[in-house]
Amino acid sequence: MLRHMLQGWIDAGRILYKKRLQMRRTVHVRRPHRLSRRAFAIGAGAALTVAALPGRPLLAQDQPQAWEQALRKILGDAKPIEGKIAVELPEIAENGNTVPFTIAVDSPMTEKDHVKAIHIIATSNPQPGVATFRLSPLSGKAAVASRMRLQRTQDVIVIAELSDGRFLSAKRPVKVTIGGCGG
Amino acid sequence: MTKPRVKLPESAKVGEVIEVKTLISHVMETGQRKDPEGKTIPRNIINTFTAAFAGTEVFKAEMHPGISANPYLSFYMKVPGPGEFEFAWTDDGGKKIVEKIKLNVT
Repeated sequence: MLRHMLQGWIDAGRILYKKRLQMRRTVHVRRPHRLSRRAFAIGAGAALTVAALPGRPLLAQDQPQAWEQALRKILGDAKPIEGKIAVELPEIAENGNTVPFTIAVDSPMTEKDHVKAIHIIATSNPQPGVATFRLSPLSGKAAVASRMRLQRTQDVIVIAELSDGRFLSAKRPVKVTIGGCGG
Repeated sequence: MTKPRVKLPESAKVGEVIEVKTLISHVMETGQRKDPEGKTIPRNIINTFTAAFAGTEVFKAEMHPGISANPYLSFYMKVPGPGEFEFAWTDDGGKKIVEKIKLNVT
């Protein structure tokens, strides 16, 4: 009888000991860096404060892209009107080093109404500004052709600056098989 | 830069709109490429092309590294009368090539 009781106490002790061991393991798993609960709370609070700071983008992607800045430089606050620009660009450019293009703007090219400039922006090039062509009524026809480099598949934006201060725009996607720009 | 090539119509009438095509050989180094030692090859491109006719500028191209090597340009001009073209290519190194060609106006 006494022996049985003793055995019972011993068993109970063993079970308790095992439970405590398990609890310790759980604690270790939960706090692998041995951070105290208080230190953790302070750290989390600080991280939240940084994230909530206004005007401080955490990622570079939050900033305007280079091509958006280039576009803004040309347009200022003006809103371009889509159309009236014929852009000839290959749908698929085999060699991104020389992509031929022809741009023609529907304009009478008179003293009163003419295209002053044609701007080209390649949205995914390291330097998005490709070229600016300056025209005048002496041009007779608002059309230019050349060859451009395209680093990868991207959109090409054409902006025509008119004599009355308005802007026209056109956008063309070009698939590039082998990228240019010597990257 | 070597001697450029310019294509004009054989002859043109006053008031006619003509196409002018120019081609010049130039490496148009972008400034993005690296040599085998990993050093950046400095940028050297033709940054400006101008075309003047009878002393008046008729066309200008401001070019960036996005223009291909050996830049080809095509543009138009309404013939104001008899005269001579003056084409000029200027690169980052300050080198300038000037080409003068008379237009046969009938």
